[in-house]
Amino acid sequence: MRTRLVTVLLALITAFLVIPGAAATADEEGGESLHGQIVQPDDRDQGVEGIEITVFQEGDEIVAAATDPDGMWEAELPGPGTYRVVVDQESIPDDFAVRETPMLSNGEAEVEVESGDRRPFIVLLDVAGASSGAEAERSESPSPDDEATEGDDEGSSAEDESVEVEGVSGGFGERFVQLTAAGLLFGLVIAVSAIGLSLIFGTTQVINFSHGDMVTFGAMMALLFSSGAAGMGNSLLAIFAGLGVAVLLGAFMEGRLGRTVLVALQWVSVMAGIALATVLGVFFPDLGWKVPLWAAAGIAVVMGAVLGGSLERYLWRPLRKRNVALIQMFIVSIGLALVLRHVILVMFGANRSRYAGFQVQELVHIGPISMPPRDLVIMGVAVVVLVLVACLLQFTRIGKAMRAVSDNRDLAESSGIDVDRVTLYVWLLGGGLASLGGVLFGLNQVVDYEMGFRLLLLMFAAVILGGLGTAYGAMVGGISVGLVAMLSTLWFPTQLMQAWALALMILMLLVRPQGLLGQRERVG
Amino acid sequence: MDILMILAEAARSAVGPIAAIYALAAVGLNMHFGYTGLLNFGQVGFMLVGAYGVGISVAVFGLPVSVGFLVGLACAVVLALLLGIPTLRLRADYLSITTIAAAEVLRLVYRASFAESVTNGVYGLQNLSSGFRAVNPFDGGARYGFGSFVFTGNQLWLMTVAWGLVGLAVLLTWLLIHSPWGRVIKGIREDEDAVRSLGKNVFAYKMQALVLGGLLGALAGAMLAMHQGAIQPDQFKPQVTFFLWVILLLGGAGRVFGPILGSMAFWFLMSFTDGLLRWMGREGWLPFLSGPDFGAIQLAFAGVMLVLLIVFRPQGLIGDRKEMLVNVK
Repeated sequence: MRTRLVTVLLALITAFLVIPGAAATADEEGGESLHGQIVQPDDRDQGVEGIEITVFQEGDEIVAAATDPDGMWEAELPGPGTYRVVVDQESIPDDFAVRETPMLSNGEAEVEVESGDRRPFIVLLDVAGASSGAEAERSESPSPDDEATEGDDEGSSAEDESVEVEGVSGGFGERFVQLTAAGLLFGLVIAVSAIGLSLIFGTTQVINFSHGDMVTFGAMMALLFSSGAAGMGNSLLAIFAGLGVAVLLGAFMEGRLGRTVLVALQWVSVMAGIALATVLGVFFPDLGWKVPLWAAAGIAVVMGAVLGGSLERYLWRPLRKRNVALIQMFIVSIGLALVLRHVILVMFGANRSRYAGFQVQELVHIGPISMPPRDLVIMGVAVVVLVLVACLLQFTRIGKAMRAVSDNRDLAESSGIDVDRVTLYVWLLGGGLASLGGVLFGLNQVVDYEMGFRLLLLMFAAVILGGLGTAYGAMVGGISVGLVAMLSTLWFPTQLMQAWALALMILMLLVRPQGLLGQRERVG
Repeated sequence: MDILMILAEAARSAVGPIAAIYALAAVGLNMHFGYTGLLNFGQVGFMLVGAYGVGISVAVFGLPVSVGFLVGLACAVVLALLLGIPTLRLRADYLSITTIAAAEVLRLVYRASFAESVTNGVYGLQNLSSGFRAVNPFDGGARYGFGSFVFTGNQLWLMTVAWGLVGLAVLLTWLLIHSPWGRVIKGIREDEDAVRSLGKNVFAYKMQALVLGGLLGALAGAMLAMHQGAIQPDQFKPQVTFFLWVILLLGGAGRVFGPILGSMAFWFLMSFTDGLLRWMGREGWLPFLSGPDFGAIQLAFAGVMLVLLIVFRPQGLIGDRKEMLVNVK
């Protein structure tokens, strides 16, 4: 086996050595050049044709280039040196204008090219009249090759990644009150999303790094169904229905049906879901329908619960049965996060979008606080959900079981609690709440494929602050993190919001590692 | 022939500068996770401070590149101390959460507008590598190599230095691991309490390992700045860390040569899948996908690889399965 492998490897290496310069690809023709792609500000897939770019050296025109239908252009340079690049303002369509950046002002830029460089040169367009590129999109590319890391995407993520607040103005006192309200709102959203994270950690000891992407999933699903689901929405629904039936069958019928029958039924339901999805996708791609946002949010919550449930049933439980170590589980959850995030990216694109119909609203004034009605609804929903979850945990049998397992898994198991089933319910609950958190966060801010990851860091801060593994701790921690993050903007730049949440977390680790509501355990 | 071309290009990127840089950072991560059992999910943060240490010194203050490297390394030590002091006394999972969050916050701070006077915000710093290329013994524009392994002089110079650093780092790791110090940190990975009961200061040992691995990460970041000549904060996204984890686990954690092998195999696979996807796209076999999706599919592929590796072959290509099955509490 091993010798054969070595032989194959040697053969391959010889082959590469023999192929004459095959891989000396276009990006390394030896000479120096500038290149780039100019795309429409609102749709990065659409290039802008016919923009003329001229390169000067010490006043002499060296070379001129124009963009092709994909927006690509390339200018070969005679050698290394400093060049002046001018984007011809006349050739830009009237709808667009060149965005001013520190490197590019009035369509002119100085570029230093070193020998052998094939430099990307970034020109960004704005919609004419718009002052900033708030709609600019983000996209990412891995760097399989030397050039890819400095590819054309680099300047496109110019906009802030911080959270925006509406209607903050006035003196210090007024702003304090307004930001407190905004922080409370933000904190409630964090709390709703973070309960699942904390409970999952409590019951399984796994830090679920993919929780953020479950949040994104919820927001995306709500967006999909509220903005009109066509083929893809139907297919997704069918697949999740199949999975959901399988998971629920497993939860309720275990013990009542024979094992073989149960497994067969589950497979039938999953396969039926996939088959139905294929049929819907292939034969009825135009079967479109649309529901209001609240109904879409409901669908998203159910689908999020199914996602959580099936992950537990088909990924985490088998891993636990194989006795995979905890650290390995963390790494699995990171891999899962990568998969989820980029599958969402492929399916829905990198656009930032908002839920239609809730963007522009008349502000409601309550004393010094002005909020759009949607924010009041978000707060209301979040509070109601938090109270309901608290009641569930406090008064129902399954809630008590969840707290018991979270407290001490072995003790709970030995006192007769079906730990696997409780864990499944925790994942269902956690997935559903994460989806709801995503919808609320998306309603307040924007929906894009990385929103969940941004929220994940704040959720971590929240659960550590409140105490890893405690549901109430996640609520308290979430609200405190939201308040601290928002109030920090009174004195410090908004981009540092997350840094302050993190600082709070580190402070808590130094002073009280078990968190506000956590129980002391021997550490270190 | 197309497939052979793609394979040749993949083989080229397996020995290229990027593979060397990632191997260097992965050697640092190996020191953290492979030997000490520290869950560092923020290695990219060390790379970021390393790259910006050089970048700011060279581009803003006009210092020589060598001073920039020292600044970058000093920043990495500070970052390691800041991360380690609150978390290393606690369970492993606290370090993982803190590092992933700290790396992301660092990126947000470096790209924030209030720091623009030093970091130039999202646009990053440029023209960093002229000092590095000035001492290039090869002819910068000329082409060297044979067969499909053809590199320009600048690339070759960078590869020489980067792979040289990797070699030194590997040698250092080997020497350290076969010293009494190495036996203690491996003991910490296996059973922290046992080591503590022998009277060792576990916290100090963990901190030393964290600083050492962080230094290697910063060195990799500085080499990245040299390679590209320009840095932007957004290239230090968390997925760089996840790539490093794939590299480490693919090669075999807790093995001296694991990161090197892992990095070469990983970049071979990434470049191969990229070439394959693009080729299939050109041939029209992927009707539902367009160009920008390929990058995302590759990242998803990296995620799947991470999951499958952990589940089916936690020891990687050359690791020892028994060593990797230790459950760190």
